[in-house]
Amino acid sequence: MAEPHLASRGNRAGGLVAPMPRMRALAWVRANLFNSWLNTALTLLVLWLIWAVCWPLVKFLAVDAVWDGAGRADCLADQIGRAVGACWPFIGAKMGQFLYGFYPPEQYWRVDLTAALGCGLLIPLLIPPLPYKTANSILFFFVYPIAGFVLLVGGMFGLEHVETRVWGGLLVTLVIAVTGIVGSLPIGILLALGRRSELPAVRAVSIVFIEFWRGVPLITVLFFATYMLPLFLPAGWVVNPLLRVMIGVTLFAAAYMAEVVRGGLQAIPRAQYEAAQALGLGYWRMMGLVILPQALKLVIPGIVNTFIGLFKDTTLVLIVAIFDLLGQLRAAFSDPNWATPTTVATGFAFAGIIYFCFCFGMSRYAQWMERRLDPANRP
Amino acid sequence: MIAPSAAPVIRTTRNAVAVELIGVHKWFGAFHALDGIDLKVSRGERVVVCGPSGSGKSTMIRCINGLEMHQQGRVIVDGVELTDNLKRIDEVRREVGMVFQSLNLFPHLTVLDNCTLAPIWVRHMPRREAEAVAMAYLERVHIPEQAAKYPGQLSGGQQQRVAIARALCMNPKIMLFDEPTSALDPEMVKEVLDTMVELAMDGMTMIVVSHEMGFARQVANRVVFMDFGRIVEAAPPEEFFGNPKHERTRLFLSQILH
Repeated sequence: MAEPHLASRGNRAGGLVAPMPRMRALAWVRANLFNSWLNTALTLLVLWLIWAVCWPLVKFLAVDAVWDGAGRADCLADQIGRAVGACWPFIGAKMGQFLYGFYPPEQYWRVDLTAALGCGLLIPLLIPPLPYKTANSILFFFVYPIAGFVLLVGGMFGLEHVETRVWGGLLVTLVIAVTGIVGSLPIGILLALGRRSELPAVRAVSIVFIEFWRGVPLITVLFFATYMLPLFLPAGWVVNPLLRVMIGVTLFAAAYMAEVVRGGLQAIPRAQYEAAQALGLGYWRMMGLVILPQALKLVIPGIVNTFIGLFKDTTLVLIVAIFDLLGQLRAAFSDPNWATPTTVATGFAFAGIIYFCFCFGMSRYAQWMERRLDPANRP
Repeated sequence: MIAPSAAPVIRTTRNAVAVELIGVHKWFGAFHALDGIDLKVSRGERVVVCGPSGSGKSTMIRCINGLEMHQQGRVIVDGVELTDNLKRIDEVRREVGMVFQSLNLFPHLTVLDNCTLAPIWVRHMPRREAEAVAMAYLERVHIPEQAAKYPGQLSGGQQQRVAIARALCMNPKIMLFDEPTSALDPEMVKEVLDTMVELAMDGMTMIVVSHEMGFARQVANRVVFMDFGRIVEAAPPEEFFGNPKHERTRLFLSQILH
């Protein structure tokens, strides 16, 4: 496998094939991994551990997996006469549910269009060299939520109304996570500024708000929003259950975000505040142009940590009867047509992969952004 | 006697005095930092303030642009009295440039962006114009070639010269310097002082807290000596260095001049 690669490198370098890298690799292995009997033993132990963990996983997910089938019979070991790993046809058969919940299948295009619009606006926003960032931000943060709402909910412009009650799966997970992420950062920043404000009333309100939301578990928040809030609201006031949960998740994350941002604000030296003030910048310009750009950059790891936490916390909405990806998955387990010994494991493996992709993606993007913003890496 | 309209006359008389402090007091808790300061600085005048650490020099000039609020007395800057009205404080800050002891350029912005930030956002100057002004001042402090760099890539002396250019970009009427060379390595002090001398020669009103007595001799109209929050002595440099009146001044001078 290494040979063609080396050859191509050699060709590019003008026909000079250097055998060095391979030798060097061997020498490195000998010098670092097998240079004493203890290191040799540790190396072998680690190799064995990697094998012990990875092989069963690969065996389950790929080698023994069933890739085609129409029902449980295709995923039963005694029916097909071999060991059975993941039962992927189950995922395939239920994919519609996992992605859209009980959204009417003939309306799936609306969800797809919303997702495509979201990706189309978000991806260029995340790539710094691309132009028109201001227009792009306005479209994504202000126009897109309205467009998305109209598309998904319908009831106007000739679109059939689809109640949020039938939404589910990844759709719900992403709707809650994206509004939570987009909403919690600005609210968190305002709360952090409020907590450091010199105005006693503003400070008090911020502290009470932050400590209240940090002091209660998310499950309590969700229960409260779903079952108790309607009791307090005047009769006839009905807030959509999904909206209630979205607000709860956003405010919950905002309280954590506020503390992360406050940490960043406190790390900025007083001299920076004074230099900005001496130039005549007022409070909001000082914060927006001088302090926050530095403070937020410092706390990117904490911000992303909160985002990832929020993303995974969306799974808790199941307890208030909202069927997110994990909820749909569990609902699908009860289908007798797909009841096999490996169905549950397959389902959770699938969900795990999806959640991992999103969270790992956020984490990698943040790391890349952090490196990019570091003045040491600037041209 | 051709009298122009009344308003400009009042304005000129008002502006003849750049900064006036009348009976200014300031406490930090129980510590009496400023104990009845009276100081009048005329337009175009250059005042160097010296004194032992903790004598209130920095506090005094920080009261001039509202970074510290005085608790008694009056501070009048270019005809505007500083009160706790935030609008007025910002009005004064627009006209008063300040260079600090600590290097406090904005590290996330290039040198050029450091210089154009306030003109664009406070004076609402178009970006192109602000950049042209900034380049002119960066040339004046002899570092136009560093415009695209970040502060972290510059030496301390260069950073301090950029800080001077940044303050000048707001076209201030008065410049305050709070020990601008004390945090610098010795070999960088001269380049900053040279820049300040050039600025003084151009007729800028300057109040400089500094122990650089050579600089004081060269450009100051008046040297002010402070101790325990009071102005002990204020005199033109020849008199101040040649014939100090107060024992405390003599002692201080003998300590710093060796």
